[in-house]
Amino acid sequence: MPGKLKVKIVAGRHLPVMDRASDLTDAFVEVKFGNTTFKTDVYLKSLNPQWNSEWFKFEVDDEDLQDEPLQITVLDHDTYSANDAIGKVYIDIDPLLYSEAATVISGWFPIYDTIHGIRGEINVVVKVDLFNDLNRFRQSSCGVKFFCTTSIPKCYRAVIIHGFVEELVVNEDPEYQWIDRIRTPRASNEARQRLISLMSGELQRKIGLKVLEMRGNAVVGYLQCFDLEGESGLVVRAIGTACTLDKLSSPAAFLPACNSPSKDMKEIPFNEDPNPNTHSSGPSTPLKNQTYSFSPSKSYSRQSSSSDTDLSLTPKTGMGSGSAGKEGGPFKALLRQQTQSALEQREFPFFTLTAFPPGFLVHVGGVVSARSVKLLDRIHNPDEPETRDAWWAEIRQEIKSHAKALGCHAVVGYSESTSICEEVCILSACGTAAVLNPRFLQDGTMEGCLEQRLEENLPTGCGFCHIPYDELNMPFPAHLTYCYSCRKQKVPDVLFTTIDLPTDATVIGKGCLIQARLCRLKKKAQAEANATAISNLLPFMEYEMHTQLMNKLKLKGMNALFGLRIQITVGENMLMGLASATGVYLAALPTPGGIQIAGKTPNDGSYEQHISHMQKKINDTIAKNKELYEINPPEISEEIIGSPIPEPRQRSRLLRSQSESSDEVTELDLSHGKKDAFVLEIDDTDAMEDVHSLLTDVPPPSGFYSCNTEIMPGINNWTSEIQMFTSVRVIRLSSLNLTNQALNKNFNDLCENLLKSLYFKLRSMIPCCLCHVNFTVSLPEDELIQVTVTAVAITFDKNQALQTTKTHAEKSLQRASTDNEELLQFPLELCSDSLPSHPFPPAKEHLESASSNSGIPAAQRATSVDYSSFADRCSSWIELIKLKAQTIRRGSIKTTVTVEKASPMGEGNFRNRSAPPCANSTVGVVKMTPLSFIPGAKITKYLGIINMFFIRETTSLREEGGVSGFLHAFIAEVFAMVRAHVAALGGNAVVSYIMKQCVFMENPNKNQAQCLINVSGDAVVFVRESDLEVVPTQQPSANCQPSCTEGEVTT
Amino acid sequence: MTSELDIFVGNTTLIDEDVYRLWLDGYSVSDAVALRVRSGILEQTGATAAVLQSDTMDHYRTFHMLERLLHAPPKLLHQLIFQIPPSRQALLIERYYAFDEAFVREVLGKKLSKGTKKDLDDISTKTGITLKSCRRQFDNFKRVFKVVEEMRGSLVDNIQQHFLLSDRLARDYAAIVFFANNRFETGKKKLQYLSFGDFAFCAELMIQNWTLGAVGEAPTDPDSQVDDMDMDLDKEFLQDLKELKVLVADKDLLDLHKSLVCTALRGKLGVFSEMEANFKNLSRGLVNVAAKLTHNKDVRDLFVDLVEKFVEPCRSDHWPLNDVRLFLNQYSASVHSLDGFRHQGLWDRYMGTLRGCLLRLYHD
Repeated sequence: MPGKLKVKIVAGRHLPVMDRASDLTDAFVEVKFGNTTFKTDVYLKSLNPQWNSEWFKFEVDDEDLQDEPLQITVLDHDTYSANDAIGKVYIDIDPLLYSEAATVISGWFPIYDTIHGIRGEINVVVKVDLFNDLNRFRQSSCGVKFFCTTSIPKCYRAVIIHGFVEELVVNEDPEYQWIDRIRTPRASNEARQRLISLMSGELQRKIGLKVLEMRGNAVVGYLQCFDLEGESGLVVRAIGTACTLDKLSSPAAFLPACNSPSKDMKEIPFNEDPNPNTHSSGPSTPLKNQTYSFSPSKSYSRQSSSSDTDLSLTPKTGMGSGSAGKEGGPFKALLRQQTQSALEQREFPFFTLTAFPPGFLVHVGGVVSARSVKLLDRIHNPDEPETRDAWWAEIRQEIKSHAKALGCHAVVGYSESTSICEEVCILSACGTAAVLNPRFLQDGTMEGCLEQRLEENLPTGCGFCHIPYDELNMPFPAHLTYCYSCRKQKVPDVLFTTIDLPTDATVIGKGCLIQARLCRLKKKAQAEANATAISNLLPFMEYEMHTQLMNKLKLKGMNALFGLRIQITVGENMLMGLASATGVYLAALPTPGGIQIAGKTPNDGSYEQHISHMQKKINDTIAKNKELYEINPPEISEEIIGSPIPEPRQRSRLLRSQSESSDEVTELDLSHGKKDAFVLEIDDTDAMEDVHSLLTDVPPPSGFYSCNTEIMPGINNWTSEIQMFTSVRVIRLSSLNLTNQALNKNFNDLCENLLKSLYFKLRSMIPCCLCHVNFTVSLPEDELIQVTVTAVAITFDKNQALQTTKTHAEKSLQRASTDNEELLQFPLELCSDSLPSHPFPPAKEHLESASSNSGIPAAQRATSVDYSSFADRCSSWIELIKLKAQTIRRGSIKTTVTVEKASPMGEGNFRNRSAPPCANSTVGVVKMTPLSFIPGAKITKYLGIINMFFIRETTSLREEGGVSGFLHAFIAEVFAMVRAHVAALGGNAVVSYIMKQCVFMENPNKNQAQCLINVSGDAVVFVRESDLEVVPTQQPSANCQPSCTEGEVTT
Repeated sequence: MTSELDIFVGNTTLIDEDVYRLWLDGYSVSDAVALRVRSGILEQTGATAAVLQSDTMDHYRTFHMLERLLHAPPKLLHQLIFQIPPSRQALLIERYYAFDEAFVREVLGKKLSKGTKKDLDDISTKTGITLKSCRRQFDNFKRVFKVVEEMRGSLVDNIQQHFLLSDRLARDYAAIVFFANNRFETGKKKLQYLSFGDFAFCAELMIQNWTLGAVGEAPTDPDSQVDDMDMDLDKEFLQDLKELKVLVADKDLLDLHKSLVCTALRGKLGVFSEMEANFKNLSRGLVNVAAKLTHNKDVRDLFVDLVEKFVEPCRSDHWPLNDVRLFLNQYSASVHSLDGFRHQGLWDRYMGTLRGCLLRLYHD
C-alpha cells in the first residue's frame, strides 16, 4: 500500500440546466479511482454548486497510481429516473508521483462530455502521499521523469544519455467489441477514452521500468502514439531516450565538462542511484540488491517484458582503450572505436533527441529511413503483442544497418510513425545517422586528456558536416569537397537531416520551410494485392519526393535540410507523400549549383525557346531567393583554397568550387553546362509538371518567415509574443477521372492555400516567423484529403535582426580567414588526415553519376525487385529503402564547439530581454507552444507530462455549425482542457506541445461526425526574463551555456 | 476540389476588429467579403479572395461561438474555452452591446416584447440597419431589461456588474431600460427632433430624483415585493403631485406667482412681453402635467405633453435658450415666496428635474 491519493471536490460553475422545469440542476459528483468510488452530497437547485466535500482517500499501489487516471463524474440527481451524467474529468496524477514536479493539482477543470463538449467547470484538489517501497519485485516506476521535449530540458543537465527505450501495449478497441452494438455512443466513447488513458499509463510505467533498469532517471523526447487498427485492435506505443538528468540548482553548478560526473559513475556505478537528487521513493533500494552484468543493455533486455525483441546481432567489442592519440587520424579512429564500443552494446543506438548538448554530435551521416507494409490481423492475446513488436524490431534493425552503412554508429532525431487504411498498415521509421561523442554515453571510459585533445581540435562549427564514412568506400555516390569552413575535412555537397540545426553551426542568411508534396493513385484492392500495390508504389514516391526536395532546395540557393519529416499516408485509392524540412545555407558546405533544364529534343526551335525561357525563370527565382533569404556567402580567394591541397585531382575540384563562387557575382548565368549544375531533363509532361510546380511555390509575404525546426536559422532576437495554432482543412476531390497530375495539383494547392491563409491571418504579428510548422496528412475517406497544421508564430525585432545578421556575416568572414591561417599553420595535421584518402579513382565514378542525381538508378533497380513472396514483403521492401536512403546525403568528421559562434546566439537570445513585457501576462493565461522554449522567458520548473486523449461525437452536425463548426469547437475545447490541467498543476505554459492525432470522420447524411484528438506536451513554469533582470548572471538556455563554458576551457 | 472543412484555432483567440464590426452590423459572409475586398485589403496584403473568404468564415464562426458567452459577459471572463486577453474581452463586450442611434430611437419607450420584435423588419427597412443587427440590438435591450428588472439597487451599477459595460454605455442602457419600463412615448412626430441623448439625459435626471431609489428610502420590509428602486417612478410622489394643482387653480396664487416672476425678470429677458402674455398658459401646462402623472397613460405621454405645453409655445415665440433658463429658474424659485403654498419640497423635487429636462429638450 505505497500510496494514498486524496481528492476534494470544492465547487462547480456554469453547469448546464438539467431540469427544464426549474431551469436548474441538482448536481453531485462521483470520484472514482481503480475500483473505488466516492460520492459527494447532492447540491440542490444550483448551476454553481458548492460541495466543499471531505477529503476522499484512496489507498492504492503505486502501480495503479501510474496506470489509472482519476475519474471524476458530475451527475444530475433525479429522484424518479436514472441520474443523468453531465460530464467527466480525467486527471492524470502522474505529475504528482515525482518529487520535483507538482505537489498538488488544484484548479478549475472543464467538465467534458463526449457528446455535448464542455459543460461547465469543476474545482478539484488532488494530493498524493507516497511511501517508500521496499518491494524488490515491484512493477512501478514512480519517480522517472518524462519529457516530450526532444532536447535536454532547460533546467537540467544530462549526466548520461543512456539511449533508446521503447514499449508497446495492445488491446481490443472498445468501439469494435460486440457490446458496442447495444451501448450508447457516449458509453462507447468513454470506454475508449478510459482504456487509452489506462494503456498510456501502463505504457509509461513500463518504459519507466526500463529506464530504471538502465539506471537512468528520466525519459526525454518521449513520443507516444496510438494506432487505431480498427477490427484488429488498438496499439499504444512509445519511444524515448533514457537519460540521467541532474537538476541545475544554480547557473554556477553548470559544470564545463562531464568529466567528474562520469568518473563518479565509474567508481560507484551500481551501488547507488546515479542521481544524487533523487527522492526517497526513488529506485535506489531495489536496484541495490540486483547483480548487474557489466553490459547494462544486456541485463536490460534479459529482464524486460514481452515487448523486447532480442536481436542483438552486434558483436561485443571491447571497451575503448582510452589512450589518447596525438594525431588527428588515429584520434579519429579512436574516437570512433570508443563511440562504437559505447553504442554497440545497445540493441538500438537510437536517440529521439533532435538537439544535443554541445559536443555530443560529432558527425552527421544523413537521413536513414525504413518503411514496411503490413497486413493487420486480430491481436489474439493482448498480453503477448509479439507481432507488432517484431514488426518494429525489423524496421529498427534496418535503420541500424543503414546507419552502419553510412559509417555511423547511432541514429539521432529518430521517430516512428504509422499510416493505416482498412487492414493495410505502413510502418515508418526515420532518423539521422550520426557519430556521437562517447563521453555522454553510459560507460565513462573517456580520459580527460582525450577530451582536451578533442576540444583543441575543434575550431569551428563545421564538424558535424564532415563525412563520417570512408570516402574510398562510399556507400553511395556523392560529391565531396573540402569543408568550406575549416578546409581540412571532406564534406558532401548537400546534407539532409531530421534533427534541429546544431546551435554551433554557421549558417549564412535565413532558412525557409521546404515541402515536397506528392500523390499517387492506386487501384482499390484487397488484402495482399493491396499491400503489394502499395509496396510497389512506395519507392517511387520516396524517390520523387527526394527529387522535389532537392530541386526546391537548389531553387532556394541553399545546401542543407534540417528537421526533415517524410510522411506517407495510405488511403483507399491513393497514397500521399508530404516531406517538410527547413532549408538553410551551411557555410561549411559548397555553394549549390543552379538548376539546369535540358530538353529531350534539342533541335526543335520553339521548344528550345521554351526551355530557355524556363531556364531564365528558374535562374531569376534562384537569384530572388538568395536576396530574400540573405544568402551571401563570403567570397573565397583562390590562393587560400588552392594552397594546401597538394593533390591534382583535388585541385581541379577546388577550381570548380571557385568558379561557383564567381557565379555568385553573375548570379544569373548558372546554366552553362558546368558539371555541378543540377540537370532537370524535361522529357515528358510529368517533368514539365515538376518544373512548373517548382515555380508555383510562392514565398511568404515580406515580414514572414517559416520553418519546421525549433528556431529559424538566422533569426535570434525573438520578442515575447507567441501564437500557437492548429488549422485543419479537408477537401473533397471531384471523383471523376482523377489523374496523378490533377491530384498533385489539388494537393499542392491545398497546402499552398493553407499556408497563404496562415500568413494572412497572422499578418498583425509581422515581423514574425512560423516555427515548428508541422503538417499532417490523412485520407479519411475515398475522396477526402485532410491536412492538419500546428505551428507557432513568434514575433521578432526586425531592426535587431538586421544587425545580428550583419555581425554574423562579418564574423563568419573573419572566421573563414582565421581558419585559413590556422590551416596553414598545421599542414602536417592536414596531411595525415588526407593521407588515407589518396586512391581516388573509385570515388570518381560516383561523383560523376551523382551530378545527374544519383537516385535514378536506385529507383530503377527498385522496380525490378520481385515482390512475389508476400510474407517477405517487408524485408524486400526495406532493401529498396536502403537504396533510397543511400541517395540521401550526409557529412563528416571533427567535433566542434565554436566559442565565437555560440556567443552571438546566446547574446542574441538574451539581448531582447528589453523587449516589452507581454500584455496578456495576467493570471490564468497559459501559453502553448510546440517549441521547447518560450521566447523572452526562462523555464524554471517542469511539472510533468501532459498526454490527453479525447473523443467528441455529435448527432446534430448541422445544428453545431457543420463539420467546421464541430471541429473548431472541439479543438478549442481540447486547448482549454490542456490549459486547465496545466494551470491546475501550477504551470503557466505547455512546451513541446504536439497534436499527435486528429482523426475526423463524418457522415453528413446521418447528420453525424466523430473526432479523436491526442495531444501531449510538457507542463512548465516560466518566468519572464524582464522579471529576472535583478539577477546579474543570467543563465541562458541550456543550449548556449555549455558552449560558453567550454569556450573558456579551450582558451 | 471543394473545401469541406476549413478551420483555424489559436491558443489565443484571434479577433479581427474589422470583421467583428461587419459581423455585428449583420452582414452575411459573402457581403462581408465583398466589403473587405472593397476596403483594399487584398492589395495591401497580397492575399487572394479565397483566403479572404476562408478568413471571414473563420472569424464569423468564432464570433458565433462567442455570442453565447457575450449574452452573459461575466461568463466570457470566467470561461476556459477561449483564451482572450482582458483588453480584447472588454472590446468584444462593449462592441456587442453598442447600438445604433437610429435604431434606439425607433424602439425607445416601446415594450420589449415579441410584438415589437415583429416590427423589426420595418425598422430595418426604415433605418437601413440590417435585420440581423436590429435583432441583436433589440435582444440586447431585452436581455439587459430582463436581468435588471427584478434587481434592487442602482440601475447603472446593476447593469455594469452584470454586463461589464463601460460607465457611458451602462448609463445609456439604464435609460433604455427606464424608458422601456415606463413606456414613455418617444415616437410621435413632434418628438422626432429629439435625440437618444436628450432622452437619456432626462432619464438619468428622473432616475435620480423621481424614483424610490432617489429618496434613499429603503423599503421597510426588504422581502416585500416593492417597486424596483430605480426602474419605477415613486408612486407616492406622483400622487402627491396633485397637490401642486393649487398653483394654477387658486387664482390669487397664480397671479402672485406671475407677478413675482415678472418683477424679477423685468429687463433681463429679451422675450419679456411674450413671457408675460404666456405666463398663465405655461404655468398651467407645467402644473397640469404634474397633476396628471397619477395616470399611467399620462406618464407615457410626459414628453409629448412637455413639448406641446412648453417647448412648442416658447419656440413659436422664439425664446432664446438662455431666456428659457432664466425663466425656469425664476419660475421655480418664486414659488418659495408664495406664503399660501405648503408643498415646497414636492415642488422642488418636481421642478428641479423638470427644469433640467426642459432645458435639454429645448432645441430645434
